[in-house]
Amino acid sequence: MTLTPMEQFEVKPLAGMDHPLFQIAGHPIYFTNQSLLMVIVVIVASLFLTLTVKPGRLVPTRGQSMAEASYEFVANMIHSATGEDGLKFFPFVFSLFIFVLFSNFLGMLPGSFTVTSQIAVTFALACLVILLVIVVGFMRHGIGFLKLFVPHAPWYLLILLIPIEVISFLTRPISLSVRLFANMLAGHTMLAVFAGFVVALGSAGGIFTGLAIAPMLLIVAIMLLELLVAFLQAYVFAILTCIYLNEALHLHDHH
Amino acid sequence: MELAAAKMIGAGIACIALVGAGIGIGNVFGSYLSGALRNPGAAATQTTNLLLGFALCEATGLFGLVIALIILFT
Repeated sequence: MTLTPMEQFEVKPLAGMDHPLFQIAGHPIYFTNQSLLMVIVVIVASLFLTLTVKPGRLVPTRGQSMAEASYEFVANMIHSATGEDGLKFFPFVFSLFIFVLFSNFLGMLPGSFTVTSQIAVTFALACLVILLVIVVGFMRHGIGFLKLFVPHAPWYLLILLIPIEVISFLTRPISLSVRLFANMLAGHTMLAVFAGFVVALGSAGGIFTGLAIAPMLLIVAIMLLELLVAFLQAYVFAILTCIYLNEALHLHDHH
Repeated sequence: MELAAAKMIGAGIACIALVGAGIGIGNVFGSYLSGALRNPGAAATQTTNLLLGFALCEATGLFGLVIALIILFT
């Protein structure tokens, strides 16, 4: 049997929906397994966050305290990274965090599809963040926002530093998106490769069939690591958004 | 046939980027631990920076891994 660890990332139209929904400039648009998972992520996240806090109990249930803890977690994160006036971006950062977190976690379910393992999705999210940073920066400081690219240094160093600052700003959407995408891709590929070991050893016969338990146990351990990575990457995506927003709001001075 | 072999070798070489990621992650956690043992009071306030450093470090190595996967599977 051949190993196909990349097969799980294939975007294909759902069974029974082979006809394109509509066309944009002659390019057919399908309702794919990725679209389905994105809809599911949004529905699950909204239901979880609304139903658990709806009764508004004084003594929270488990679900309510989870929802409240995630709210407080993100609020503290924004407050510590951007200060008081960053809190008006709370809805944006919170939606971003919850969307990435839920798509990472729902992607961990066997047989499902990881939305964030597609560079198209993560790059769209990262572009949204960077565009927001640019718009906020220019609205806040006007043309003075360009001072972001001029660090405090002697003029002969500025010749070198300004191009570096510009390039580092321009590569932010790439690094932000590739970080999330590469982590998800690498993790799921690794799981699929180890699952292939189990199948190969199990069908080898003799003493090898018993040995198949070793990669099986390893998969369980890697699964735990992947759950940590799934949370960590959502957290990093959100906190980097906060840090970029902080630079747009306050330029170089500390809040 | 030579192209297929060159692809495999190229993918293997691209994975060397993960050496740097390994050194970097070890450095991040090692420095955090030695700092935290000297001044345990300040340790809890630096977990954000710790996780951020870890993620930034890991990502640079994974860029290399993505190149390897692109070479292998396209």
